[in-house]
Amino acid sequence: MMQIVVRRTLQSVPLLFVVSVLVFLLLHAVPGGPLSAYLENPNVRPEDIARLRAAMGLDAPVGVQYGRWLAAFVQGDWGYSYADGRPVIARVLERIPATAELVIASTVLALLVSVPVSVVAATHRRADRAAQVLTTAGISLPVFWLGLVLQLVFAIALGWLPSSGRQSFGATGLGDRLAHLALPAVVLALVQGAAWTRYLRRSLQDSLAQPFVRAARLRGFTDGRLVWRHALPNALGPFVTVVLLDAAMLASGAVVTESVFAWPGIGSLFTEALVKRDYPVLMAFLMIGAAAVIVLNLAADLFVQRLDPRTRTHR
Amino acid sequence: MPPRQSPALIFLAVLVLSAAVAPLVAPYAADAVDLANRRAAPTASHWFGTDELGRDVFTRVLMGARVSLAIGILSACASAGFGTLLGGVAGTAGGWVDDLLMRFTDAVLAVPRLPLLMLTAAIVQPSVPLLIVLVAASGWMETARVVRTEARSLSARDFVQAAHAIGAPSGRVLLRHILPAVIPTLTVSTTLAIGRAILLESTMSYFGVGVQPPIASWGNMLYQAQNTMSSEPWLAIFPGLFIFVTVLSCNIMGDAIGRHSRTSR
Repeated sequence: MMQIVVRRTLQSVPLLFVVSVLVFLLLHAVPGGPLSAYLENPNVRPEDIARLRAAMGLDAPVGVQYGRWLAAFVQGDWGYSYADGRPVIARVLERIPATAELVIASTVLALLVSVPVSVVAATHRRADRAAQVLTTAGISLPVFWLGLVLQLVFAIALGWLPSSGRQSFGATGLGDRLAHLALPAVVLALVQGAAWTRYLRRSLQDSLAQPFVRAARLRGFTDGRLVWRHALPNALGPFVTVVLLDAAMLASGAVVTESVFAWPGIGSLFTEALVKRDYPVLMAFLMIGAAAVIVLNLAADLFVQRLDPRTRTHR
Repeated sequence: MPPRQSPALIFLAVLVLSAAVAPLVAPYAADAVDLANRRAAPTASHWFGTDELGRDVFTRVLMGARVSLAIGILSACASAGFGTLLGGVAGTAGGWVDDLLMRFTDAVLAVPRLPLLMLTAAIVQPSVPLLIVLVAASGWMETARVVRTEARSLSARDFVQAAHAIGAPSGRVLLRHILPAVIPTLTVSTTLAIGRAILLESTMSYFGVGVQPPIASWGNMLYQAQNTMSSEPWLAIFPGLFIFVTVLSCNIMGDAIGRHSRTSR
C-alpha cells in the first residue's frame, strides 16, 4: 500500500509541472502579458512600462522567467498583488476559511440530500421519475441566475435572509453567520447534489441488478436491507471517487457562487483579481485549483483501492 | 425517440428555427430604442418588457438566441471533432504518442475550466468566433479519453488487425473502423456539451468577459440586469429562463439518446 501511495504521488508531480507550464505560457505569451493593465492606462508613459518590464524581469526569455517564477513559487514566494501590493500568499490564505466554510456546508448539505434521494429513486419507480426530472433540472440551471433569483425571492421580496456577505456589520452571533451562509450554501449544494444524485442513482440501480443482490432477494431479504447492506456499499466506492473528482466543478461553482453573494472566499478573490488584471493572484489561483484537482484525484484513487479489494493489483 | 422526450425536441427545434429567422419574426427591430418607454414591465405589446434603453426584451432574447446557440452548437461540435482526433490518434498509435497525448489531456483537465476560460477571455477580449474557439479548446478532453479507450479496445480486435495486415493506412483504419464505433457515444456527449457550452458562455458574459454589448447574448443581458434585479426583475428572469430551458432540453435529449443507444445495442 505504502509503495502505491509513493508511486502515485510521484506520478502527479510531472502533471503539476505540465500544468504550471501551460498556465504560465497562457499568462505570459499573450500581447501585453502581465503589464496589460498598465498598457491600457493612458497615464502610464512608455518609459515607465520599459522600467517596469526590466524591474519585473519581463525582458528575460520566457523560459528564464518561468524558471525564476517556479523557483520562487515552490518556496512560498508567490509574488505581490498588483491591487494592494501585499504578498499573494497572504491574500490567498486569509480567504481560505470563508471558502472552506462554504464548501463544507454545501458538501454536507448535498450529501444529506443526494444519498437518501438516490436510495428512494433506485427502489421506487415513481419517485425515480421525479428525481430524474429534478436532478436534470438541477444540472441545467445557470448557477449565477439561480443565485440572483434566490436573492430576489428570499432577500429582497421576503426579506428573510441577507442577500450577500458573510456577516452583518458589527454582528457576531452564530445566527447571523448561518443566515448569511444559507443562500450560497444552498446554491452550491444544488449544483453538487444534482450531479451526484444522478450518478449514485444509476450506480445503485446497476448494483441492484447484479446476481449477488438478486440472490439475496431470493433468500427473502427486505428491499431496505438489500439497498443499505448490499447495493449501497458496492456503489459507494465509485460514488466517493465522483465526489472527490468533482473538485474542478466545485472550483467553478465556488467562483460563481461567491461572486454573486459577495462571499469573501478564494472564488471572489479570483473575480476581483480578474477585473484588476492582478496576474500574480490569478496565476496562484489557477495553480491552487489545479493542485487541488490533482491531489483529490490521487486521494480518490487511493481511497478506492483501500475500499474495493478488486482494484488492488497484488497483495 | 420515445414520445416523452418530444417537448424538449420541439422546444429546441422551434428555438433554432426562430433564432435563424429572428430578424424576420421579431416584433421589433433588434436595436430599436424607445426612450419614452424605458424599463417597462411586460405588457401585450412588449411580452418580456423593455430594458434601460426601451429596447424590447423579447426581441433581444431572440437575437441573443442566435449568439448563444451558435456558440453552444459550434463549440460542442469543434471540441467533439478535436477530442475524437486526438483520442483516436492516441488510442491507435499507442506507445509514447499515447503517453504524451494523454498526459497533456490530464494536465488540461486538471485546470478548472470556467476560471481558465474567464481568465483567457479577459486577456484576449474575444469576438464571438474566437469565443467559440476558446470554449471548444477547453472542452475536448473527456471526448478524447472516451474515444481513446474505445479505440484501444477496438485496435485489439481481429477486424482492425486484419485491416492493418492487408496494408490499410492508419488514417483509413481510424476513419473506417474506429470512428463508426464511437459515433453513438459521441452523439450523447456532444448533445450534453452543447448545454454545457451555453452555460459557460452565459456565465462568462455575466461576468463581463464573454460576448460584448451591443451584441446581445443571454449572458450579457443578465450582466446588464443584475443591478436592477429588485426594480426590473423581468430583465433578468426571461434571459435566465431561456438559458435554463435550453440547457435542460439539451440534457434531456442527451439522456434520451444515451438510453436509446444502450437499449438498442
